[in-house]
Amino acid sequence: MGFKLKTDLNPQNFRYIGKHRRTKEDPRFVTGRGRYVADIALAGMKHVALVASPYPSARILSIKTDAALALPGVHYVLTGEEFCAATDALAIGVDAPKVARYSLANGVVRYAGEWVAAVVADTRAIAEDAAELVEVEYEPTPHVIDPEEAVKDGSPLVHPAHGSNVILKKHFKWGPVEDAFARAKHKLSLRAVWGRSSTVPIETFGVAAQWDAGQQILDIWASIQMPKFPDQAARALRLPGNAVRVHFDVDVGGSYGVKRGIKHTVLVGYLAKRLGMPVRLIEDRLENMRGGDMHGPDRIFDMQIAFDHDGTLRGLKIRALDDVGAYAGRSPFQLGKPVTAICGPYRIAAIEYEPTAVLTNKTPEEAVRGFGQAPTNFALERTIDCVARHLKMNPIEVRRKNLIRKEEFPYLIPSGSTYDSGDYHTVLDKALNAIDYPALVKERDSARRAGKLAGIGISACLEPNGGNSGFEPLLNPKNDTTTWMDSCVVRVDLSGAITGVMGTSSSGQGHETLVSTVIGEVLEREPGDIRVVRADSLQALPSNSPVGSRMAIMLGGAAAGAARKIKDTLIEIAAHNLKCTIESIEYSEGNASVRGHPDQRMTWDELIAIAHRKIHQMPPGIEPGLQAKFVWEVPTGGKLPAADNTVQIYPCYSFEAHVVYVEIDPDTAAPVLRKYVCGHDCGVMITPDIVHGMTYGGIAHGIGAALYEKFSYTADGQLESGTFMDYLLPSAMEVPTITIVDHCTPSPLTTFGQKGSGEAGYLGAPAAIANAINDALAPINARIDTLPITHDALWQVIRGAASSRN
Amino acid sequence: MKAAAFDYVRATSVAEACEMLRQDGDDVKLIAGGQSLTPMMAMRLTRPSRLIDINEIGALKFIAFGENVARIGACTRQSVVARDKALAAQVPLLRQALAWVGHVQTRNRGTVGGSLAHADPAAELPLVAQVLDARMQIRSTTGTRTLPAAEFFVGPLTTALAADECLEEIHWPMWTGHRLGSAFTEVSRRHGDFAIIEACAQIALDDEGRCTRANFGLGGGGTIPLAFPELASRLNGTLLEDAVLQDVAREAATELDPGSDLHASAGYRRHLAAVLATRVLRAAYEEARGKP
Amino acid sequence: MSEKLYAVTLDVNGKLCTAHVPARLSLVDCLRDELRLTGTHIGCEHGICGACSVLLDGEPVRSCLMFAVQADGHKVTTVEGLANADGTPGVLQDSFCEKHALQCGYCTPGMLIAAHALLQIVAQPTDEQIREAIGGNLCRCTGYQQIVDAVKHAAARLANDNSSAADKRR
Repeated sequence: MGFKLKTDLNPQNFRYIGKHRRTKEDPRFVTGRGRYVADIALAGMKHVALVASPYPSARILSIKTDAALALPGVHYVLTGEEFCAATDALAIGVDAPKVARYSLANGVVRYAGEWVAAVVADTRAIAEDAAELVEVEYEPTPHVIDPEEAVKDGSPLVHPAHGSNVILKKHFKWGPVEDAFARAKHKLSLRAVWGRSSTVPIETFGVAAQWDAGQQILDIWASIQMPKFPDQAARALRLPGNAVRVHFDVDVGGSYGVKRGIKHTVLVGYLAKRLGMPVRLIEDRLENMRGGDMHGPDRIFDMQIAFDHDGTLRGLKIRALDDVGAYAGRSPFQLGKPVTAICGPYRIAAIEYEPTAVLTNKTPEEAVRGFGQAPTNFALERTIDCVARHLKMNPIEVRRKNLIRKEEFPYLIPSGSTYDSGDYHTVLDKALNAIDYPALVKERDSARRAGKLAGIGISACLEPNGGNSGFEPLLNPKNDTTTWMDSCVVRVDLSGAITGVMGTSSSGQGHETLVSTVIGEVLEREPGDIRVVRADSLQALPSNSPVGSRMAIMLGGAAAGAARKIKDTLIEIAAHNLKCTIESIEYSEGNASVRGHPDQRMTWDELIAIAHRKIHQMPPGIEPGLQAKFVWEVPTGGKLPAADNTVQIYPCYSFEAHVVYVEIDPDTAAPVLRKYVCGHDCGVMITPDIVHGMTYGGIAHGIGAALYEKFSYTADGQLESGTFMDYLLPSAMEVPTITIVDHCTPSPLTTFGQKGSGEAGYLGAPAAIANAINDALAPINARIDTLPITHDALWQVIRGAASSRN
Repeated sequence: MKAAAFDYVRATSVAEACEMLRQDGDDVKLIAGGQSLTPMMAMRLTRPSRLIDINEIGALKFIAFGENVARIGACTRQSVVARDKALAAQVPLLRQALAWVGHVQTRNRGTVGGSLAHADPAAELPLVAQVLDARMQIRSTTGTRTLPAAEFFVGPLTTALAADECLEEIHWPMWTGHRLGSAFTEVSRRHGDFAIIEACAQIALDDEGRCTRANFGLGGGGTIPLAFPELASRLNGTLLEDAVLQDVAREAATELDPGSDLHASAGYRRHLAAVLATRVLRAAYEEARGKP
Repeated sequence: MSEKLYAVTLDVNGKLCTAHVPARLSLVDCLRDELRLTGTHIGCEHGICGACSVLLDGEPVRSCLMFAVQADGHKVTTVEGLANADGTPGVLQDSFCEKHALQCGYCTPGMLIAAHALLQIVAQPTDEQIREAIGGNLCRCTGYQQIVDAVKHAAARLANDNSSAADKRR
């Protein structure tokens, strides 16, 4: 399974792969010529503003729209009564058919910020004016905000028809767990809490739609990053799939998982069709934070670990409670993906995992960068550090002892996934060397003597990548889906110019650069001359969109596969015309010659002319023109879980080792990240600048989650941090200078040995920062395991330690 | 987040602005830098029916020096004040405070008068105004009056400005003496954010190193930023021993009544107040001591 | 009864532009929707993210915190105006490409405006000065590292250009 190049392409001899290369995308963005959804002006376009519920839980008694409709410039006010009857509920991945979700509230509101009505007007300003005039009468009902309360009997139910607030509850045991815990010399338990945060792109979600009554097609432009987006939009709108055309050539202003605006799209699509006018919704920031349904994991981990006196880890128990908010799409699956790396990079033979997803009256959760892996890594890495502290061992030594060794790959973990390749010890060493660990220890100790709290934090974390639907049937056996493909078309036109066609949108990952570099590598032609375009959803080959850090592997592999077919065709044409065997053809930079007879040669232009224009010179059985498609399933994918709940999920595993030095002013409790090194191994990097950029960005996201960002709720169910004044995104002053040191253990499963890397940095940073802060607190016997670690929380913990000393 | 509709006029003079304020009653607002007002309008937390733009009034944009006083026009941009070398020498607390105020974009547009008139309890310029006992020159159609800072700041986001009054200029006392030191510090979640607690101090020493004059203040710990001239007067005549500084700082902190919000608890604020007040007193003292 | 419209004339990137706009139309909305200069972006509309940064009379401001009517008679420079006179990307923009100082590109115009303004005042800024200058521009893609690298790269190139121009003049 999986396409492999012939061995004549030696990774050491890559022409284009792995080199510094300017991206294709940057030039349009630096000149202000990006094309984001808000830049698209459709003739006669109308604008949407939302009316949102102020209550976390209430019955809607009435909605009066007269005053709003009377405002000049207002075209329509849509309520749930009409909308929910005319469309189908949005797809839900887990087995919870009674947890129905629509774009507008259906008689009942379940979170403060839920959309109750949509106003369509000539301008957004007028739509907002009108939205204020919509009169909604509510009858508040009991609500529940705390997830641990929500799982209890007697809690108010968010979806009474579902019978409880638990939307997913599983219990997995892999390996001899009870035995491991019984035998181990030591055990400890801890609670680690990942606060509700998200990746919050600077561009909010936006969608424009236009219904062409003549052709019976709904055109959609959206700032989207979502698998099955066209299909789900069509389904909810009760349209056949070929009546929806999603334009993927829209630049997406950042997503990192969250731009799954299916509810916005079904709403706008419905309005466009209903009103016969193009309609656009660009979330404003208030709508986005409270009603955009893009919050990330909100998770309480109860960890137990069993280990020997020398630090060898024997068994691990993880209980994870995730608060998914008032509705669920794919969000509960963020408890499932971590199964693919449930023991992290460590050799742990016995693991128990109890994930629960619970509903509360909060904004719904959505997929966020890492799909649950960042919180899980944080909990696991805190656990490892607690083991070290318990044994009075250096946290690095505990890790060295338990990290899977280079010789052990490919390595099968108890939950059924095989890690493809890695050399964790070397990456860790590289990171420690880069930061000069011994000198850093001295620096820390000297800072401590000067009265500061100072700490060094390590994390060793996996970034599973490549994507796979394997966690879907694992968490919901009724959902027996196993396909997770991607594709690419490569064409060489009559002029000899090369075009690659991809079928999904991008949000900064540099896919055009990826595809052109890969095609250029295979065909040995300059990537700068290769154009990459995006097909719309009616023309596109199947794709599962850029999620799960999969595109370097899947789109890169597909582009290589298609380019390889082109190359094979050229070689066949040459052999046929030079009257020799295919094996005797030497291909070089698009030209072909007979091995040993360089005078017997055909050029790129000649070969192309034959392919397009001279069918009399074509080998039999080869189609005319020069184009190829490649569609393929994710390597190692395609299997349902076994009866013992083991399954191969993601194929490839990148690894990151973070080393962070933090100083905390003991009087103000203000932490400062003074040094930051990240060792990173994602196999072969196709464009290093792109990979590094995403790693730096991931670390910045991680700093936000660790220290600053929280969607904070009052007991009344109100979101307190619904603006950028209160939801704190790190600026260049909060993110330190970061050094990345690379290592490469190629994947045996992929075309060039590349692994994915879109989630790098985010998956290990919060863990390392939390560990650094805890190292700083260790001398005063204090500890903190809840993110984000705010100044105030640190102060409480420092003060608590001082008073217990007194 | 589009503001509710309003009318717009540009005033070409202070007199004209005041006349417009008098005529149009409570539903109009002056707009200067707009860095605080515009977001509130975008969120529809405030919806004036008319905005009177005073940005184009040249007479409100100046820095001038009188007898022991620096006069700054209300519409002088914060960035202009921050860059002014003469002000840096004569009223150093202004530049020191402005280093903590927002970001370059907000300082290029935000005005000194606007920040004072907005009166955020955690804003930096109001704290400096309190500690230096700045005087607000206020204009209306009936004339001009001057208010000391302590009477100007009334409550959170509330000043003594009447609905028909316009802040015209601010007078910043310049301390005499060559052994002066000043300091401003704050703790905020991120660089440029509103302070959780802010503190500033100014100290004058004689040739023997004894304190001849001192004042300090704390912001973010209550409804308005507060100066503590009485507590500071205890430092007069002393050599500003650290124990004395700490005492005075601690006592000031106990006079605060800080609130709790999602960024900081009252307890943390009170703790920070004592810490930061001590630090600015120390720093101001160190600076003064270093002067010949 | 529709909203009153005000005539505004702005010098945008060296060109005089006139529009008739409601008072409440923000400067960024005017640039984007009336003048079709969509390079300046909206991220928050409450003055925090910096994506809307433009130069007003040569200095960076948040164009979401100004109403278009307030800019009447003033000079506005947007990212579209940072290119060379012949339309080719300027040194700073080119350095952003060389150092891959962007990914999704959404914060980039604001970053360029802030960095451009810095380089006008400080020819060879330190890392700290660069971070302070872009401290009011939030980015969620890059972690700022390659942006800082790009600004330093541009500063060095501009210094070289200046010294070689000076050499030429000698």
